[in-house]
Amino acid sequence: MATIYIDNQPYVVKDGQNLLRACLSLGFNLPYFCWHPAMNSVGACRQCAVKQFKDEKDTKGRIVMACMTLAADGTRISIDDPEVRRFRAGVIEFLMVNHPHDCPVCDEGGECHLQDMTVMTGHNYRRFRFRKRTHRNQELGPLVNHEMNRCIACYRCLRFYRDYAGGRDFDVFQWHNYVYFGRQSDGVLENEFSGNLVEVCPTGVFTDKTLKGHYTRKWDLQTAPSICVHCGLGCNTIPGERYGILRRIRNRYHREVNGYFLCDRGRYGYEFVNSPRRIRQPIFRSERSGAAQPVEKQAALEQAAKILGSGERVIGIGSSRASLEANFALRTLVGADRFYRGLAEAECRLLDTAIALLRDGPAPAASMSDAAQSDAVLVLGEDLTNTAPMLAYSVRQSTLQREIGLTKRLHVSWWDDAAIRQALQERRGPLYIATPAATKLDDVATEVYRAAPDDLVRFAQALAHALGAEIPPVSALPRKLAALADVVAEALYLARRPVVVCGTSSGSESLLRAAGNVAWALSAAEHRGQLCLVLPDCNSFGLGLLGGGSLADACRAIQEGKAETVVVLENDLSRHADQAALKLLDEVRHLVALDYLEHATTAAAELVFPAATFAEANGTLVNNEGRAQRSYQVFVPQGKTQASWRWLQEMMVAVGRQAEASWRSFDEITAALAEALPIFAAVKDIAPPEGFRMAGQRVPRQPHRYSGRTAMHAQADVHEPTPLADPDSPLSFSMEGSQRQPPPPLVPRFWAPGWNSMQAITRFQEEVNGPLRGGDSGRRLIEPQPDAAIRYFSDLPAEFEPRPDEWLLVPVDHIFGSEELSALSPGIAQLTPAPYLALSASDAAGANIQEGEKVVLAMDGLHQALPVRFLPSLPRGVAGLPVGLPGMMHVTLPGWAKLSKVTAS
Amino acid sequence: MSQPQLGPPPTCQSPEHTCGVSVVHEIIERYGGNPEMLIPMMQDIQAAEGYLPREHLRTLGRELGVPLSRIYGVATFYAAFRLQPKGKHTITLCMGTVCYLKGADQISAVIQDEFQVKPGGTSPDRKFTFAPVNCLGACALAPVMVVDGEYFGGLSASSAVDILQKIASSKKPSEAVAKADAKQKTAAQKNGRGSQNP
Repeated sequence: MATIYIDNQPYVVKDGQNLLRACLSLGFNLPYFCWHPAMNSVGACRQCAVKQFKDEKDTKGRIVMACMTLAADGTRISIDDPEVRRFRAGVIEFLMVNHPHDCPVCDEGGECHLQDMTVMTGHNYRRFRFRKRTHRNQELGPLVNHEMNRCIACYRCLRFYRDYAGGRDFDVFQWHNYVYFGRQSDGVLENEFSGNLVEVCPTGVFTDKTLKGHYTRKWDLQTAPSICVHCGLGCNTIPGERYGILRRIRNRYHREVNGYFLCDRGRYGYEFVNSPRRIRQPIFRSERSGAAQPVEKQAALEQAAKILGSGERVIGIGSSRASLEANFALRTLVGADRFYRGLAEAECRLLDTAIALLRDGPAPAASMSDAAQSDAVLVLGEDLTNTAPMLAYSVRQSTLQREIGLTKRLHVSWWDDAAIRQALQERRGPLYIATPAATKLDDVATEVYRAAPDDLVRFAQALAHALGAEIPPVSALPRKLAALADVVAEALYLARRPVVVCGTSSGSESLLRAAGNVAWALSAAEHRGQLCLVLPDCNSFGLGLLGGGSLADACRAIQEGKAETVVVLENDLSRHADQAALKLLDEVRHLVALDYLEHATTAAAELVFPAATFAEANGTLVNNEGRAQRSYQVFVPQGKTQASWRWLQEMMVAVGRQAEASWRSFDEITAALAEALPIFAAVKDIAPPEGFRMAGQRVPRQPHRYSGRTAMHAQADVHEPTPLADPDSPLSFSMEGSQRQPPPPLVPRFWAPGWNSMQAITRFQEEVNGPLRGGDSGRRLIEPQPDAAIRYFSDLPAEFEPRPDEWLLVPVDHIFGSEELSALSPGIAQLTPAPYLALSASDAAGANIQEGEKVVLAMDGLHQALPVRFLPSLPRGVAGLPVGLPGMMHVTLPGWAKLSKVTAS
Repeated sequence: MSQPQLGPPPTCQSPEHTCGVSVVHEIIERYGGNPEMLIPMMQDIQAAEGYLPREHLRTLGRELGVPLSRIYGVATFYAAFRLQPKGKHTITLCMGTVCYLKGADQISAVIQDEFQVKPGGTSPDRKFTFAPVNCLGACALAPVMVVDGEYFGGLSASSAVDILQKIASSKKPSEAVAKADAKQKTAAQKNGRGSQNP
């Protein structure tokens, strides 16, 4: 620890950090622009100037940049010195020379770091009377808006986009007064993290284009802490609502999970909540194929009671995108042995395998922060950018870790970003990627290996063998590949914190097990081998822990006559079941569905209940590391919409089973869940209960500057309505309440006096980049068994052999389109590719197929005509099928398929 | 003050590249395909073509694995690189303080209007490239412009256009220059200023 003196007061700070970070951690208001907590210092903007004194006798001092000066023991500085204050005000005045006076029409207004810093420095009178330089703006696609005139050239956008997110289509152009940040020409920003520019930019150059369509100021948004539902990583978010419309998603800092950033799917996928395809009231069809009749809540419940009857021969199908509570309520309604998970058989097996690896072995699950801090990463079978985008971001950061260690020799501080990147040039640390096709992370990979899934398993097993796992060597491995396995094994062995990344998207259980072998072998060698497994949906892990059969099992129950009524929870079965299973479910006697969007299953159901989305109900979701996190209701939905668990509870009451469904509030159902299933015991403790108060007050969802309370509903009533009650959480649907910082799971927004932008985050952290005050939220439900005897898997498939007239179809994921809900958001839909079939050019030439030509794909009774797109990196005999895109049918992959050309007739 | 062309880099206005892309490949080979030699390669392309044609830069980026945005970042940072073909004659117009006070902005506006040329750009007939600069250091001659290395001082909007039209129509540029030279001397005498800078 070091003692530093700020305006003659001593403070104890951590060793080795810079003064800006130290000052912000101590709670001082020191303005800055080019520094960012996730991107460290470059010393470009000259805004964080402080005066440094040699010793206590030095009265003159000299101005230094806090972000570029080490907070060494005995450092004496002044933030309040009049000369340095004038200096800081002068810097702002220069920046303001070209900054337009358009705050009232600027989307950033009210949460603008530049506004905050201008006020903080005290520059409030403009002397510059001349014309400002102007720029032409670029069209950057449906997600990000560009307004270059507002730029103050802090370079944060470029540093984030190019150095941290790995974007290649964005740069700085021209020089001095004309510096321009943008693409080489108009066009959609290609990077999957482009939305972060909105938060990274200290002013309104980059703003949220989807928000523009239904713009609301930050201070008018009703917000609550939430969890992203668009992949399995469980990134923390802050959705904002006004007038019943979800307006936008912002990042909510979590040190272990998503840090300061979100991917574009997570940030822009929210608009499905406002979709015209929403189901807003109960629907009844007297005949299954007949027209939908909207019915009253009571009538619908009576109808449900009639259908469900005594509860015999009723089965429930859960969902990996529904909360733990909703799934548990359904499981209670139908009984544990009649609860099915709503996933295909292969999906269930993959999920169980993944969870078993984390539960039974010695290797702990790696969080995203662990992955980012790892000094050697092996990726097996996952195209991370498309299946778990923020993990791809973390893995990209990991490639600097080992190299940053090497820069110690050069006596460069770890926070001196420009110097470190200058010293490193293009050198990146060990990252090995073994996948069926090229991925976007390949550009920072040390080596890549592209092969069919079976060959990937052989490679991983050879690697595990080299690390000492007690499994037989892989025979007949090509010499080059064996050498690569040895190189990778060595890199992982020498690393301090190696991480093995795998997941379910490859469809190969053997690959998961082989990844487990590698991580366990590292753990056995007393290296902290960590395992990071990617799961498809926001609550896949939770559903996996809850247990239950697959959809195939459900179909078997129907066929055997054990079920004649099926209750489907928040699940479009056409995404998980093949044609035969869907037909069977269609023909079941009674089909009851609960969901928020119309899809094939709700269209076939006799009775449909309007469920609440993530923004309209509380829920607990378990992310891919097994961390249970609470997501809170942001606003009260229109119509008869309510949380699925409430509908299920009311159904149980309607059939006279009050005793079993005594839960009236969210706390009661989580308590019931924790009691019924010990694995979920921690769930009731991950967030404060409903009765939690701060100084006797609730935590307000609306900021204290929320405007128009009496005007908002003036067309109906000029009196201000009573705020709606919230029986489920300590948050209130009001601006009244405690303004103090709540415990981390309840933080509804980041704001502090003088800090209106997202940069207010440093006021909520224990120290810069530390946990939020009160500790990291969420809790892991399973822990590894460090001392358990390791039982390695010996899966060893035969070498992949291309077949003469068939192709092995492997799944190809798309960040935009492969996920069901985000694909319904107009911005994302615009970036979603049309269904296609990927072939390598040489394979296509061999089969005499041109790019763009339509071919018919035939497998397992599935016939679909698709245009061919070339994917040069695919191995011979392997074809790629995009999964989950609108218009694609469900099929279990990998699998063999025949292709035939579409004839003119 | 009128400004150099702003915004993203302009698109290539060259009608056709008769030169072919093989020039680029040859240049890349010359430097062993090393992306660190990007600037010398761009200099060689400019030496061969007179400017940096868009297609050439695309090829360069593709072959070297350098993002096009990076190449444009370099090309727009250095004033020595041109993204547009150069005209037959180069007009450098001083926009410094003294020239500005004596009406350089009006001269600039008239030139732009008369020859349909934007600051930093080339006229459609490829006769003139127009480059306003911050100062030529010849304040005694204000307002001053330089055409192909020849100084013309004490200009007015109409005299500037006269000079340029003569240069444009003259088959022997020296003729036009000689005439203009006489005019410029008279103007300087009329101003009766010394040669020191303000």
